[in-house]
Parts: sequence; structure tokens; C-alpha cells
Amino acid sequence: MAVLHVNPTRMELSRLKKRLTTSRRGHKLLKDKRDDLMKRFLKLARENMELREQVESRMAQVYRGFVIAGASMDDAVLQEALMLPQKRIYADVRRRNITGVSVPDFSFTDDGDKSRDIYPYGFAFTTGELDASIDALYDVLPLLLQLAQTEKTVQLMAEETEKTRRRVNALEYVQIPSLQETIKSITMKLDENERGNLARLMKVKDMMIAKKH
Amino acid sequence: MQTKIAVIGDRASILGFKAAGFDVFEASDGVSFAGLVDSLAVKGYGIIFIMEELMTADFEVAEKYKNDMLPAIIAIPGHSGSYGIGMDGIRKNVERAAGADIFNN
Repeated sequence: MAVLHVNPTRMELSRLKKRLTTSRRGHKLLKDKRDDLMKRFLKLARENMELREQVESRMAQVYRGFVIAGASMDDAVLQEALMLPQKRIYADVRRRNITGVSVPDFSFTDDGDKSRDIYPYGFAFTTGELDASIDALYDVLPLLLQLAQTEKTVQLMAEETEKTRRRVNALEYVQIPSLQETIKSITMKLDENERGNLARLMKVKDMMIAKKH
Repeated sequence: MQTKIAVIGDRASILGFKAAGFDVFEASDGVSFAGLVDSLAVKGYGIIFIMEELMTADFEVAEKYKNDMLPAIIAIPGHSGSYGIGMDGIRKNVERAAGADIFNN
């Protein structure tokens, strides 16, 4: 590990020692954060996968329903029937904090009239298949919206987890070893100076004694 | 904060979503819809569902907003079925976070 380019002085040594303590403390904290993030992330990612599997299989059913409805009805009539929705769906977003990551919390509202049914058309010109597929789509909606929330959360958490993981590794494998090496090399250098000084003093003393006699 | 929900896809896939009360936008295969997504993000759409078959052409769009809280860009299968893009996205996220694809099966 590379030794930092610093002057081998006592001041530098005490500064580096302080940095090492801070790095160690930071490393410990970040490691805890990483473990916690990872635990939550994996749980969410698993949830995300299950949700997506469900949504994908159920969406296929919904589309099949619409295809059948389209086959048994005139295209223009189908278009017209679905043109004007009964209501619009909105997502209410609130910010939620998971271990320092801001993730959205969606809840859903619509501006529809509760007393009316969900079908945006009269029943005169449409088939029962269309009703069934609209029903099926409404059934999938909550799942779809839950998928949106979970998937966004997983995306944001992945980013944060990666960042934390990199920081932990940088501290553990780069910062801390290089600080330790530098501290060691400064200590050795200072010790060496000390020994050199001592040897010189002894030599001078010997010379002075020799001169006296 | 109230935000709108958009669905981008081909004509046949988005029909039903319109009836359900989403704002739908038509985009066809191979044509770039990056501009559309950008304008929707500015207009305050919180969730944008995009059909998977479109995502094959323009995946960077989703990358761009990946680290922002809003909008959530979610791939959903279109009427021609799933291409596995959504699942790939999850795998990529796991790989990014854990350093390896640990759900690999």
C-alpha cells in the first residue's frame, strides 16, 4: 500500500493518527449502514420480482381480453367506447425515508363519481367481453401501482447501497491501510532519527573524553 | 403532492389504460420518445408506465431519471407480451447494490 507523501514530523504523525481514528469510526458506521441497507434492499428486490411476475402474467390476461373484445366489436365502436374515461387516477406522492434514502410513497386517488360504475360507456353497442376486460384491468391496477412504488424504491436503494458499499471498501482497503503504513513509516523514521542522534551524542562524548586525556 | 400518471405505448396496448383513467400517449416502435418522457417529467407526472417493446429502443430514457425520486419510470408488458426487460432491470439493480447477481436462477 502506498505511503502518503507527507513530512515525517511529529505534527504530521499526530494529524495522521487523528485521521486514522476518524476513518475507523466512519468505516464502522458505514459498514453498519451498508448491512442494514442490504438487508432492506434484498427484501424489497424480492418483493419487486414477485410483484412484477404477478403483474406480467395478469396483464397478459387483460390484453387477451381486449383482443377478444376487439375481435367481436367494430374497431370504431371500441375506440369510441373507451375514449372518455369515467375518472382520472392521480398519484399522491409523499416522501419516505429509508436509512437516509428518500423514496416516494404513492397513494392513489381518483376524481370519479363514486355512485357511477367504472364502465365509461353504455352497454348498448359493446360486448360482455369488453366489460370483463375492463374489470380485469381494474383488478390489476392496485398491483400495477404497488409495482411502481416498489420498483422506484428498489432503484433508489440500489444507488445508495452501491455508494455505501464503495465507500466502505475504499475506507477498508485503501484509506485505512495507507494511513497505517504512513504512520508506521513516520514512526520508524522518527525512531531512526532518535537513534542517530543518540549515537552522535555518544560519539561526541567519547571524543570529548579522549581529548581531555 | 398530487401527480398525474402517464402510460406510453402502442395504440392497441394503451386503449384499456385510457378507459381506466390514466393519461395515455401513443408512441410506436423504433421512434424515439425521449422528448416525450422529458416533457412529461417537467409537467409533473409522478409515474410513467412505458410498454416494454418501446424500452428496447430507448433504454437511456429510464436511466436518466433513475436516481431522481420522481418520475418513476416503470416498464410494463405490452399486448405482445413480456420481453423480460422489467425483470432485467431488477436484476441490474441487485447487481449494482450487491456487486453480483445473487438472484441468478
